[in-house]
Amino acid sequence: MGRYILRRLIISIPTLLGISLIIFLILALAPGDPMSQFAANPEVPAEVRERVRASLGLDEPIPVRYVKWLWAMLHGDLGFSFSSRTPVLGLILQRLPQTLWVLGTANIVGILIAIPIGVISAVKRYSLFDHVSTTVAFLGFSVPSFFTGLVLILIFAVQLRWLPFIYDSTVVVTDVPSFIAQVRQTIMPVVVIAFFLGATMMRYVRAEMLENIPQDYVRTARAKGLDEGQVVFRHVLRNSLIPVITLVALSIPHIFTGAVITEQIFSVPGIGHLLILSIQNADTPVVMAITFIFALLVVLFNLVADVLYAFADPRVRYG
Amino acid sequence: MAENVAGGGALSGAAVFVRPPRSLWGDAWRQFRRHRFALLGAGVFLTLVAATLIGPFVYRVPIDDIDFKSVLKGPSLAHPFGTDELGRDLLARCLYGGRVSIAVGIAAVSVAMTVGTLIGALAGYFRRLDGLLMRITDLFISIPSLPLLLLVILLFRETLRGLLGPIVGIFVLIVLVIGLLNWMGVARLVRAAFLSLKEREFVVAARSVGAPDRRIIFGHILPNALGPVIVASTLGIGAAIITESSLSFLGLGFPPDEPTWGRLLFDAQSHLTTAPHFAIFPGALISLAVLSVNYIGDGLRDALDPRRSAS
Repeated sequence: MGRYILRRLIISIPTLLGISLIIFLILALAPGDPMSQFAANPEVPAEVRERVRASLGLDEPIPVRYVKWLWAMLHGDLGFSFSSRTPVLGLILQRLPQTLWVLGTANIVGILIAIPIGVISAVKRYSLFDHVSTTVAFLGFSVPSFFTGLVLILIFAVQLRWLPFIYDSTVVVTDVPSFIAQVRQTIMPVVVIAFFLGATMMRYVRAEMLENIPQDYVRTARAKGLDEGQVVFRHVLRNSLIPVITLVALSIPHIFTGAVITEQIFSVPGIGHLLILSIQNADTPVVMAITFIFALLVVLFNLVADVLYAFADPRVRYG
Repeated sequence: MAENVAGGGALSGAAVFVRPPRSLWGDAWRQFRRHRFALLGAGVFLTLVAATLIGPFVYRVPIDDIDFKSVLKGPSLAHPFGTDELGRDLLARCLYGGRVSIAVGIAAVSVAMTVGTLIGALAGYFRRLDGLLMRITDLFISIPSLPLLLLVILLFRETLRGLLGPIVGIFVLIVLVIGLLNWMGVARLVRAAFLSLKEREFVVAARSVGAPDRRIIFGHILPNALGPVIVASTLGIGAAIITESSLSFLGLGFPPDEPTWGRLLFDAQSHLTTAPHFAIFPGALISLAVLSVNYIGDGLRDALDPRRSAS
């Protein structure tokens, strides 16, 4: 097992290098340069501009700049934000808790809804329940999250006035009322993400269950006199969940991306919100850092998925 | 059904005495018709395409007719979808905007399909290229597409605007970037199909009569590998429409005077309390388009994958 993990780690290094190279090249080959705002300022004389460029290392050839950038990244130095003039790492760490709170809750809610519905849907195939839940799931992954979000706001914030319109980042959980406020403002973003996530997962659980139900081992379980509940939950479900583990791990980076839009709708001050803000301000160091962190997440969770899979399914050969 | 899929052409000669010849595509169509939601989806999607193409010629209200006397009005006889914050007619803007949104979806998928098919075919057919091309595919799969999309649009928007004009420039940029970040699934499907098909008798036969690689790839193997590509690209249209709308919704897509569905939603966001219709119409149209395309894809998958229709 240890050797397997190590080998998978080594394989993912070239992928990360490749992604870093792509991100770097896009930036290096883009027209204009990161100093464009500074350069456009007529107050700055040309020679000063050249000196600043040189001091920032912009005169050096692209391969040299790439290696220097990569070296700094490896040391956890993500550079300075152009607009807020603080280290990028600090900006991201400051935003991370909000994103993790919303995403984590949404993930748990999505899983908790998707698994039972998927199981019932598969066991009672072609029933009314099955038809309704597969149709709702189809809606869930077809309707774009920005529209689900806007509809929720229209119903629950504008019409019914049950929930706050916008996420208030100044809420600090210290007592019961502030905790309730935090929960209330989290409901809508969580529902939007959980709806999409749960819909995708429900379809997956259902398909896996349907694949397993006609198998021989299920007949054996029934033949030895187990009741239907045990057959479904102890045998079929356990086998069906193995690929679902992979799906959950693989979908986590996508949820981060999807959260960009959800955070934007509800003004949740998370990483996605920071990304859009930085793009509007042409704050390239922050955009690059976030893009690379997302890539890192994809590679990391790919690894986690493979390892979990090998762990949960002894048939997978590793070594 | 199964033997027909395996060799539709070969069977038609022998089937003279039993029944009229059946083709793979004929069978697929018969199967597709049985999927009620897929038929409904096809109907809805074709209606949307027709409405956005022909609509502006029938419903001749200009999209940029500013009228400050009727700002943010709800649906009425004069304005069936209501008006926006400048009193412009929303129905006209939705019809016109749908054209751009659907065009971006179809064009981006065409790019993705072409690149994916080409890379998948080369990797599956030539053993020497396989390792390298699949490494590249894996690399692209790990790229987080939305942040990269935003980064590329941020950096290259001005240049392309200067080269091709504000609308064509951003159209080309969005289509290329969405297409070039979404070909990986198709490439894997095509490669898998090529790996199994290239050992079949008909390919060996074609090679034995001296057919060049190009004709074996495009004339013999590719037509037989198209099923999964068609399914994947149908579902891809929905995803591309969502991506374009997301970009416009974030205010980073088409310029403000070019009303795409996502852009309309972006504008509607600041008037949610006073004019809910402003958000609901374009949002519902996006959802309807994606939903119908996804149902078509679902139906096509059932129709083109013999393994699934059997179960």
